Amino acid sequence: MTIQFRNETFRNDFTYANSPGNIPRFPFPFPEDEYMYSTNVEPHHATRVGSPFEHGFDVDEHYVAEMKDRALVLADDPGRCQALPHMETAGWDFVELVMVSKARDYPDLFELTMEGDQWHWINKPLQIDDKFTFGDASTLPCHPMEYIGRQVQGDHAILDQRDGNLWLDAGIITAQADWSLDFDVGMNFFEWHAPVPLAHELGVFQRALKFLLSLPQGQPSRRLNWTLTVNPRLDTSPENYPKWGPDKLSVTPDNIGEKIHLRVELQTFWRLPRSNAILFPIRTYLMAMNEVVTQPKWGRRLHRVIRDLRPELVEYKGLSRYHPMLVEWLSKYDDGAPTSPGIFPD
Amino acid sequence: MSESLIEERFLSRLTDGPLAIAPGLAHYFVADASGAECIIRVAQSAPKGFIEKVHILYVPTPGENALITALYALGAKQFEHVPTIDEAIIKLGDWLSDAKMGSQLYLAGTEGLIGKAVAKGEECGLDHTAVQCEQRGSLARRVQCVHCKTMIENVTTQPTKCPSCDLLLLVRDHYSRRLAAFQGVCINAEDPSEVVEIKEVFK
Repeated sequence: MTIQFRNETFRNDFTYANSPGNIPRFPFPFPEDEYMYSTNVEPHHATRVGSPFEHGFDVDEHYVAEMKDRALVLADDPGRCQALPHMETAGWDFVELVMVSKARDYPDLFELTMEGDQWHWINKPLQIDDKFTFGDASTLPCHPMEYIGRQVQGDHAILDQRDGNLWLDAGIITAQADWSLDFDVGMNFFEWHAPVPLAHELGVFQRALKFLLSLPQGQPSRRLNWTLTVNPRLDTSPENYPKWGPDKLSVTPDNIGEKIHLRVELQTFWRLPRSNAILFPIRTYLMAMNEVVTQPKWGRRLHRVIRDLRPELVEYKGLSRYHPMLVEWLSKYDDGAPTSPGIFPD
Repeated sequence: MSESLIEERFLSRLTDGPLAIAPGLAHYFVADASGAECIIRVAQSAPKGFIEKVHILYVPTPGENALITALYALGAKQFEHVPTIDEAIIKLGDWLSDAKMGSQLYLAGTEGLIGKAVAKGEECGLDHTAVQCEQRGSLARRVQCVHCKTMIENVTTQPTKCPSCDLLLLVRDHYSRRLAAFQGVCINAEDPSEVVEIKEVFK
């Protein structure tokens, strides 16, 4: 196999790490030295061989470990995977999109054989070999969304489109940055974004919705979003806040480089063919500060971005407790030299 | 009482103002004591024949009769009063299961009544554009503890303690129509030793 899957954890002993070769392919989210909200959407075209934008659904060295972590979350809290009754067709659309994409893009890892509605799917990294009838949920062990959602990195929401709005009517969400599917399921686009500060006033959501409502088939889009997380923990759900909240107190000037992780969401948007719903994958990438600063451009830029972040965003992103300490630590990696445009390392 | 909204609205919440007649074949009104006068106001300004298409479900304050009499005197096609909001919601479900296309739902009163009636309307397949709300009376909130999923009724303080898991919850301005509840999230999860003052804010 071409990818060496790491045996690692996102909880308890936190053995997660990026191998040196994986660091430069991290989707660093800042194309400039300052950050403010924007809709920042671009076509999800194949970009740069080896980057996370090379394929529609990026598979990397963390794949197997992430799927194990998802299984642990779902076993503990089945409410992390929910679909309203009208969302089964969209679930099948999701199955098709992921299986066809992965079998095409990673033929050494995934195989798909289709004879009419008789499908044969082989997922070698997860040792799955299943035959099923496409469109017949009784031939799968669970809802089609859950079946494929357990085999693809990132959280996945499926948005139904009606009444000129998008409705969060299904999702498999185990690695979220502090939002609850169980609370938000069934909400429209403005409702589920209600807690986000500043962006409503800037008209960001109105523009984003308009764009998404007219998203065509076969032309997916993407954007990057980010926050910081203490420890490489995928499950930072509000449900489990009492478990991960205290981590923030564990940050000291001595351990900050290994404790604080830049958490980047590669969000993509796909129009689904049968349901006309939108598949919204939220793929999370984690990288420790120590790993980020191995790329000098990223170290310089991250210092400037974090230092100049608006106070509302420091608060909303939950960084208040360690923000000054982090700015101080990062300043060691900023010699004031200019940085090149764009997100990729020099 | 002024007809302006009594609390600023926010995005995940229903955003209707004073109730106003919408075109419809049948008009369902649900109110508690704080919302009764809204129904009377609408009915008195209605065109001729409107009241014959009106169904009213009313939850009085115990021992109060004047508003029952006033609502009855409107001469609606159907008028019933029940002792609790939950019984009213069950009754509303019965009524809406027989409702025809083109029916309108008007809700007036406290957060709890409005929230539960909206959720029932959605469950019965009523389009959200056919539902109007006018919040009156107490601003007490219904809150779901995001941690243990307990529903807490009549919350008036910020933060509020979850009676089930004992965590101290920040009541977020984030509302689910499906659950008819606000979201409560632990306010001192990062440092449980932190003492937070509890203030009465949703009166």
